[in-house]
Amino acid sequence: MSTGLSSEALWYLGRGTGVVALVLLTVTVGLGVATGAGRPLPALPRSAVVLVHRNASLLAVSFLAVHVGSLLFDPYAQLRVVDLVLPFGGAYRPLWLGLGTAALDLILAIVVTSLARHRLGLRAWRAVHWLTYAAWPLAVLHAVGTGSDAGSLWLRVVAAGCVLTVAMSLAWRHQQSTAAARPARSEVAA
Amino acid sequence: MSAGLHVDWTACAGRGVCVELLPELLERDPWGYPMPRGGPVVPDELEPHARRAVALCPRMALHLRPS
Amino acid sequence: MTSTIAHPVVAGGVEGPTARPLLGAAAADLAEHRRISGPIPWRDGPGRLVADVQDAGLTGRGGAGFPTWRKLAAMATGADPVLVANAAEGEPASAKDATLLTRCPHLVLDGVQLAAEATGAGSAYLYAKPGPAADAARFALAQRRAQAWDRVPVAVVEAPLTFLAGEESAVVAATEGRRAVPRDKARPVYRSGVRGRPTLVQNVETLAHLAQIARYGARWFRRTGTQDEPGTLLATITGAVTAPGVYELPHGLPLSAALELAGGADAPVQAVLVGGYHGGWLPMATARHAPLSREGLRPYGCAPGAGVIMALPRSACGLRAAAGIVGYLAGQSARQCGPCRNGLPAMAASLGRLAGSPGPDQPAALRRLADLVDGRGACHHPDGTARFVRSSLLAFEAEVGLHLHGRCSASPR
Repeated sequence: MSTGLSSEALWYLGRGTGVVALVLLTVTVGLGVATGAGRPLPALPRSAVVLVHRNASLLAVSFLAVHVGSLLFDPYAQLRVVDLVLPFGGAYRPLWLGLGTAALDLILAIVVTSLARHRLGLRAWRAVHWLTYAAWPLAVLHAVGTGSDAGSLWLRVVAAGCVLTVAMSLAWRHQQSTAAARPARSEVAA
Repeated sequence: MSAGLHVDWTACAGRGVCVELLPELLERDPWGYPMPRGGPVVPDELEPHARRAVALCPRMALHLRPS
Repeated sequence: MTSTIAHPVVAGGVEGPTARPLLGAAAADLAEHRRISGPIPWRDGPGRLVADVQDAGLTGRGGAGFPTWRKLAAMATGADPVLVANAAEGEPASAKDATLLTRCPHLVLDGVQLAAEATGAGSAYLYAKPGPAADAARFALAQRRAQAWDRVPVAVVEAPLTFLAGEESAVVAATEGRRAVPRDKARPVYRSGVRGRPTLVQNVETLAHLAQIARYGARWFRRTGTQDEPGTLLATITGAVTAPGVYELPHGLPLSAALELAGGADAPVQAVLVGGYHGGWLPMATARHAPLSREGLRPYGCAPGAGVIMALPRSACGLRAAAGIVGYLAGQSARQCGPCRNGLPAMAASLGRLAGSPGPDQPAALRRLADLVDGRGACHHPDGTARFVRSSLLAFEAEVGLHLHGRCSASPR
């Protein structure tokens, strides 16, 4: 039994912050996909999309820090520091936990390179940023697989909502690029 | 391009964030790319907005150069 | 050799009123080159040649016409500079660099050595398209290596067969082993070029002239041409002429005389394209005797560029010829920059409609497009194309009028 917060409280804190982090990462990815589309999202100007995308990712990292921290201190989770960088070596549900490790490492790389992007240059920054398309699915799978059985239906609904959000974002972007392939003739030619 | 404002055209993808943040200086062409509107110089009162546009460009295509 | 030759040898047509300082000094091999032109007139130190080049008033022959001494001087302060001799000749209507490399490779390579000495460059490259010209250059380099003729090693870099291959930043990219497309000009190439080192990119014809100036002096060079634009230039004269080919002519020569050099027109000529696909049209009715120099062509809104002279016969439709050229230029976009990638095909389509049966708004729409793309790209491809479009609209104004009324001068209806 740890001093201060009880193990159960840490467990719930860990789960709660994990879910919030997942939702924030979904918002991040959804907005990131949308910035590549030709037309802006309705009601949200482009500059706002860029800022919310950035802030959501930083907030997600904060929640991830609490998520990981609380589980490190919870003896029930049996999480060690090495499990944060080396996947699939954990004691509790090693496979699903390992996906989370991978997601965490990728997210940290993506966020750090994004904060330093003006120094790195476009090409190096982009190369790392593409890893988002690996990190986010890993996070979703980790959430679905690692969560305890109690309340797993609720978690699955949240996860489904996240997947739906990103899918809609991708569809929006695809629809915009196929529309852009047919240039606005009335604007450019007589 | 506006002296002061320089667009790296090989990076610009017409995302339009700069045009939104500097409507006094930039407008979009029919294909979505930024075009200077009016004078070439970035006035002093717009410089903070210009710096913000430079920082937020998703492709890091906008630069502020001393004119 | 530490100074210029005091009394220039009259050799192979280098001297005299019909002087051809470049083509007249053509040599089949290194031995013949030594007989005709003598050894390289080394200056034994960086910078000394620059004063002679300045006195001679040599300007770049790659199209931009920039004073060569300035480019050399800007480089002389750089650390570990690089020299690239540009023979990419992406302009389809130009064959002068290929001809020069095939007939006078040693003149070009002497120029490379002298420019390298003047700028302190320790490495040099020859950037050339695959073909007979590059082969001739390689053969010449092999001979020079065998006889220890050169002091700075020269490596041959292959240029792609694209219009933009010869653009300065594309040349730098190709020399670094990357794709030969223009780059954003964050820093000028003479400060940061090949792998960050100061780089001098010089057209091969300019280097050949430089070698001759080093041999015979600035005063000799100034005996032909005009006061502001001395010397000769290599012109590729094609189209409705009897003997199309590459000719060496003095700056300031009237257009009509240049056409006579190429055997005269073989059909009535309506207009002549000068400068290349980024150049402009000279209508024969008003510009028959226009002097071929920057100053001489300025009133006509044109420039000699890379010496392209293309005669369009009256039997052809000027708009259709222009549309073909803009179509080609649109296809040659590197497709990196939005305004060029979108605007050039739009201009090609618009000009294509103008060359057919256009609506009344077509000329204005085309002008709007030209204004839209002007100056908005990493290189001058959109500007040059816009300049050509505007020149076409001006030169073929009467044709535009005909087409708007459903007629065309080339097809009787």
